[in-house]
Amino acid sequence: MSASENRFRELLLRALSGDATAYHLFLKELCPYLRAYFRRRLAGLPDEVEDLVQEVLLAMHNQRHTYEKNQPLTAWIHAIARHKMVDLLRRRGKQDVLTTPLDDDTDMFAHSEIDAGDARHDVMKLLERLPDRQRLPIQHMKLEGLSAEETARLTGMSVSAVKVGIHRGLKMLAVLIKDER
Amino acid sequence: MKTDDLMRMLATGAAPVSSAAVASRFARGLGCGLLGAILVMVLVFGVRNDIAQAASLPMFWAKVLVPAVAVLAAVPLTMRLSRPGRTSGPAPLVLAGLLLFAWSSAAAVLLDAPAAGRAELIFGATWKTCTFNITLLALPLLGAAFWVIKGLAPTRPVCAGASAGLLAGAAAASVYALHCPEMAAPFLGIWYVLGIAVSTALGALLGFRLLRW
Repeated sequence: MSASENRFRELLLRALSGDATAYHLFLKELCPYLRAYFRRRLAGLPDEVEDLVQEVLLAMHNQRHTYEKNQPLTAWIHAIARHKMVDLLRRRGKQDVLTTPLDDDTDMFAHSEIDAGDARHDVMKLLERLPDRQRLPIQHMKLEGLSAEETARLTGMSVSAVKVGIHRGLKMLAVLIKDER
Repeated sequence: MKTDDLMRMLATGAAPVSSAAVASRFARGLGCGLLGAILVMVLVFGVRNDIAQAASLPMFWAKVLVPAVAVLAAVPLTMRLSRPGRTSGPAPLVLAGLLLFAWSSAAAVLLDAPAAGRAELIFGATWKTCTFNITLLALPLLGAAFWVIKGLAPTRPVCAGASAGLLAGAAAASVYALHCPEMAAPFLGIWYVLGIAVSTALGALLGFRLLRW
């Protein structure tokens, strides 16, 4: 097993047990690899790359409960990245699917690309389209960094409603990003 | 939004994730689906009248248990196919083995029987309804299995749907065996298997439509 695999796995396991710092580090270190992965495969669609990176980050977040501790992390990440890429190509039409090499090279960590291009869709703007019971919890907890209790007091929602709102809001956000394409 | 901001947003206040939640969703979903199938069987078809005598025959238990073993193989298969990056594991081999067992028993019975009695062994008295009834009993289970899978992330939605259909069909066959009076291996090898196959195909079809994310 590669050193990257071990490092990322350790970070994600800490993240899944509630360590937000480890989670941030995990996302930050993984991101350049995702970007390089898509840049190499979507050479004809450079404008799509950063949007796809964001879509995959959000998908990984929403689906992080599907990672099993004994499972190779590389395979898990690769499957999500490839799934989202194929989905994008399918939506853009068959031509792109035929011209894009969909190799099963699972070496996620062979190339990395720090330089972020521009995402064309502003997730902030999409956030505004969410209903209040989802938008406000995300605003207060995820952007301003308040605790669930503080958010509950501020919005008049219960703590569990705040948590549900964030969960559903981020899922809805993933749907909105996809539909924007 | 810059990707950096998105990552910060995702990480901020990220709650711990429990892995037990998936197993509990699976148990709840399949429990409800199985209950639904049993209810439909009892209310619509009724348990066979001679179940007390039938329970002393090995064939009765084969009818219940062979599909039940298929369920035991299909549950982990469906779980695996509902998670990104998982292979199908050993379950397809177990399922192929069960099919081989069902068909070879059917063939042995047919070869052993006089030519005139073979049609009776194949068609029994209920061949026209058997496959349809099993598919009907599979529906509550299929719905429950899809509800479970929707909470996960199948990257091969057609396979995950087919596996859920197989799981539902096999469980339905096991439940239907409590009603169905047929006891001939050729009948079971054809019409029961066909019922499970229809449910599997239905699952694959619906998987393509409903399990994309």
